[in-house]
Amino acid sequence: MLEPAIDRRWHGRLALGLLLAPAVVWLGALIVLPHVDLAVLSLRERVGPRQYVAGWAQYRTFFAEPLYWHVFLRTAVMSVIATALTLLLAFPIAWIIAKLARGRAGSLLFIVCLIPFWVSETVRTLGWMILLRESGVLPALMVKLGLTAVPVELLYRDTTILVGLVYTSLLFMVVPLVSSLESLDDSLIEAAYDLGSGGWAILRSIVIPHAAPGITAGCIVVFMLTLGNYLTPTLLGGKNSQWFTEQIYTQFITRFNWEQGAAFGFLLLGLSTAMVMLGLRLSGQRFGDVMQRT
Amino acid sequence: MSTPDLAAATVVKRFADHVAVDSLSFEVERGSFFSILGPSGCGKTTLLRMIAGFIAPDGGEIAIGGNSMRGVPPNRRPVNMVFQQLALFPMMSVGENVAFGLARRGVGRAERVKRSNAMLERVGLGGAAGKRVDALSGGQRQRVAIARSLVLEPTLLLLDEPLGALDLKLREHMKIELKQLQASFGTTFVYITHDQSEALVLSDHVAVMSRGRFEQLGTPQDLYYRPQTPFVAGFVGANNRIVGRTTHTDGPIAEIASTDGWVVRARKTGALSPGDAVEVFVRPEVAILARSDAELPADQPRHSGEVQSVLFDGANSAVLLQESRTRREFRIALPQTGRFSDLKPREKVSFSFDPSRAVCFPARTGAAGPDA
Repeated sequence: MLEPAIDRRWHGRLALGLLLAPAVVWLGALIVLPHVDLAVLSLRERVGPRQYVAGWAQYRTFFAEPLYWHVFLRTAVMSVIATALTLLLAFPIAWIIAKLARGRAGSLLFIVCLIPFWVSETVRTLGWMILLRESGVLPALMVKLGLTAVPVELLYRDTTILVGLVYTSLLFMVVPLVSSLESLDDSLIEAAYDLGSGGWAILRSIVIPHAAPGITAGCIVVFMLTLGNYLTPTLLGGKNSQWFTEQIYTQFITRFNWEQGAAFGFLLLGLSTAMVMLGLRLSGQRFGDVMQRT
Repeated sequence: MSTPDLAAATVVKRFADHVAVDSLSFEVERGSFFSILGPSGCGKTTLLRMIAGFIAPDGGEIAIGGNSMRGVPPNRRPVNMVFQQLALFPMMSVGENVAFGLARRGVGRAERVKRSNAMLERVGLGGAAGKRVDALSGGQRQRVAIARSLVLEPTLLLLDEPLGALDLKLREHMKIELKQLQASFGTTFVYITHDQSEALVLSDHVAVMSRGRFEQLGTPQDLYYRPQTPFVAGFVGANNRIVGRTTHTDGPIAEIASTDGWVVRARKTGALSPGDAVEVFVRPEVAILARSDAELPADQPRHSGEVQSVLFDGANSAVLLQESRTRREFRIALPQTGRFSDLKPREKVSFSFDPSRAVCFPARTGAAGPDA
């Protein structure tokens, strides 16, 4: 008598298991396993050809060599700046899309933000190089306009790296901002206005608290993307970029020092985790809430 | 007489294809409860938003407390608004909501807390300052929204259908509470609604609005007993509407033949001559129901009908008849005595009404719609 019920339950579990299988494989085989392997790699020390002992040597090297942790800190600071700039730029755009543009105009603006992503990042960045290099379009234009006497090299500057990073990240900030601003009831803004608030007071006391989960989600995504970006800093910054992902690449590919590269990888993972936790703590948000609201 | 708290002079607002508010002029006395009653789309919300300052009139002048409001933004007007969906700030506690406007005025923290607590006390929410807004019931939220505005001591409090979102029982309760609040604060209330019962119960004066104009402005009693236009007669309270032409007039009374040949008599409003198209309105409680002609007052024209259905609703019970000759629907309120509690559908009955308590108006041009 009970058999059909048990049978059905078993079927339900099987279906759930099958549905979850791709995600489990994705997480387990492609994320967790390699990381376990990298963790093991990062914690061993080569004492002779094919002779390894467990130890913290790779991490000691990181702190002993100023170049490494300078680059590490620089990457963190630049990523924070890029995230802040992206937020400042994306907020008005998201506001226009969510509140001011009606119907078609809103979707059109959204598409305008999306279009750059139809071109591959490599091609887009190489295009920027054509514009910005010393013999490129923009320096020539500046000479013609009399702004500079001779063509200036616009590539390989921190500002250029930041502009490139902000450009690449913009969409990932605009999307969560739009969705959190769209859910803000216009009558709340009107009520605040009616009760005597000016524009800034409304922004501070009503709009930002309401959009906080969206702002936090956007900042987390943009910060992680920026911190882990390799292409944009390398192409636009050249040798001056000193991005931490470059160090990792060098260790793995050029120096063939996988142990050191793995240790750097974990340091970067630790950095992004720490920064995200700090950001959540400072803004008083909870990770689960942020991910749910966006 | 003191300056009115609100004075509008030929205020106009046009939108792309229609005139939302059509050169309105009116005044609202200090300390009174003024309602604007109208169907949706009549322009009442537009008018309220112009008073609050969210939209600028295309023409005319709005003065509040004697000062012109031209070019004054909402945050600088001595006016506060209770929004339809209340618009309480969910990111703040009840106390912070009430203190919000005070903070914007630069009132110190201690004073803010003191004044907002005192205000919450007055609206019966003492001790709720620390609660979250979503922990309150619908009626409590309503009171917070009113407290949040009144704590600023505005010249005018605007209310945009604030009871619309509540369920029926709470709405009835809040109606009484609103009236008592207004009486105890003495603030001038301007209230907009499409619910005639709210307007009649609450207000000192009601303006009935239709198509951007005031059809009639008067006390609730005026509107109910002495409607000036067919729109007011049809919109305020229940009414039987009969469309026809005058056959002849007899002093203040006109005799009307409906389009399908039913002859009734009613008090005329405005000049009418025989042959004019008219609309007649007879309130359900004006008509007298009887089982035989002999029971009806001798001086009233008698009509006969057949019971179609009995609409039992306690004190508001009514019977829906069909006039015997024209099969036209006619509604009569049932007396409280229970004399007709055994009335059955298809029963033949007689009825009459005092012609001086029924009204007829020259027909509106282009006015269509079902008989009400």
